[in-house]
Amino acid sequence: MISDITIGQYYSGTSVLHRLDARVKILLTVLFIVIIFLCKNFLSLALMFALTAVSILLSGVPFRMFFKSLKPILPIILFTAVLNIFYIKKGTELLSFWVITITTGGLATAFFMAVRIICLIMCSSLLTYTTTPTDLTDAIERLLSPLKVLHIQVHTLAMMMTLALRFIPTLIEEIERITNAQKARGADFESGRFMQRVKAMIPVLVPLFVSAFRRAYELSFAMSCRCYHGGEGRTRMKQMKLHLSDGVSFLLFALVLAGVIVLNHFFGKLI
Amino acid sequence: MNDFIRFENVSFAYEIEGEAAKPVLENFSLTVHEGEFLAVLGHNGCGKSTVAKLCNGIEFPQKGRVLVRGLDTASEEHLLAIRQCVGMVFQNPDNQIVATIVEDDVAFGPENLGVEPAEIRKRVDAALRRVGMYDFRRFEPHKLSGGQKQRVAIAGVIAMQPACIVLDEPTAMLDPRGRRDVMDTVKMLNREQGITVVLITHYMDEAAQADRVVVMDHGRILLDDTPRRVFAQTQTLLRAGLDVPQATALAKELRKNGVDVPADVLTVDELADALVRAAQQN
Repeated sequence: MISDITIGQYYSGTSVLHRLDARVKILLTVLFIVIIFLCKNFLSLALMFALTAVSILLSGVPFRMFFKSLKPILPIILFTAVLNIFYIKKGTELLSFWVITITTGGLATAFFMAVRIICLIMCSSLLTYTTTPTDLTDAIERLLSPLKVLHIQVHTLAMMMTLALRFIPTLIEEIERITNAQKARGADFESGRFMQRVKAMIPVLVPLFVSAFRRAYELSFAMSCRCYHGGEGRTRMKQMKLHLSDGVSFLLFALVLAGVIVLNHFFGKLI
Repeated sequence: MNDFIRFENVSFAYEIEGEAAKPVLENFSLTVHEGEFLAVLGHNGCGKSTVAKLCNGIEFPQKGRVLVRGLDTASEEHLLAIRQCVGMVFQNPDNQIVATIVEDDVAFGPENLGVEPAEIRKRVDAALRRVGMYDFRRFEPHKLSGGQKQRVAIAGVIAMQPACIVLDEPTAMLDPRGRRDVMDTVKMLNREQGITVVLITHYMDEAAQADRVVVMDHGRILLDDTPRRVFAQTQTLLRAGLDVPQATALAKELRKNGVDVPADVLTVDELADALVRAAQQN
């Protein structure tokens, strides 16, 4: 069962979005977030929504994956929507009793906000669904490499991220093994109150930490045996090269940005 | 044969805080020849793992010196060259795999050495083919068996194109099938690539496959000879807390009971042949 674990939430595929350079995807995601906050009316928002929808269709990742990623955010979306409905008092009054007034403006803003958050979540999920964790860390290392000027150890940070990703399944396996060993000696993890159950975890955590330190120690030996001496003078087997599709997607985003600005300018502001 | 690694009167002790340093090696001298397959045998705590760590500058001798192709491991400036030349495979395959994808892990060593990307690709593919793991190159390491992981670790070492590989009990955590695969890979590297192999082990059957066996006890060398002559000395081995290969032990018992088989049998196949011959004579 442990071998079923996939690190991150990568959904393997061969779509255009999967093949895009990871650096480009990160930058475009950031750009998307910026543009969606520039949207001022429903037309520009509709354009962004269309962009999201097209990207999702292109990615070939099934819709249920996106619904799953929306689920934990649902309370936040509802909360913002409700807040907007009650607080914004613009346009025609629809309903009014006691201290509550609901206006058309409020409803429109609530809807606008909800769509905006949904687009945001969809877009960032799209990044993690179509990019492997390894590619992501690699891309982050390369994107942040200018920070070396400020004496920030970008390579070391990326290395730590890679190692953490590498050891997640190993440590999960270890937890399972220790838990079973403690259960075999009569440990009880399921019953009792919350605090009791937390305390029951201590006999699992202590050996886990001891073994994690031992692993770290051995790993550092193994790494220095393979001539690891930091990022200096290090080359990479996998070079990241920009392709035509990367340029095209940047162009597409530039067009969308221009479209949003034009629509904002000519069709009034909701917010 | 040329000397490859030379231990000259090495003394080594682990320092534990608040306790007297416990000597592991004392006045230890050993020469590993170029191209040979040397097995270092000993029970737990006899200092054989320390010998491995001294080979490529992971630990340094407190007295004496260790030379790799004439370079002192204690000299900082030669350290990278020495580590490139003497690769190391450890017992636990999980704790030596660095990357989340097999081929990225094999590339780790050459990347550290600053090899050109196209050349790394070639070396990685060649190394994975050598150990028979090419079809698994895009796998995540945790989806492999222990033996497969250990072979990936070996590929990671040979991608650095070392002249020598030191393996510190590489099969201790593997099932019989994984052990056989790893041993076959190691033997193939020694015979076909001419890579010097130092195999640290406590399995008699693995040591029996080497060209030369060094038996260690309490930080000293007890025996140093061909496997056949070493395993003939049953009494000395037993005193060092070791055993002889099962086939050898069985041959001795058979001889005691009047069956005419040679005393220096090492492998099951040899014993089988000897028994057939004995049967035909009767």
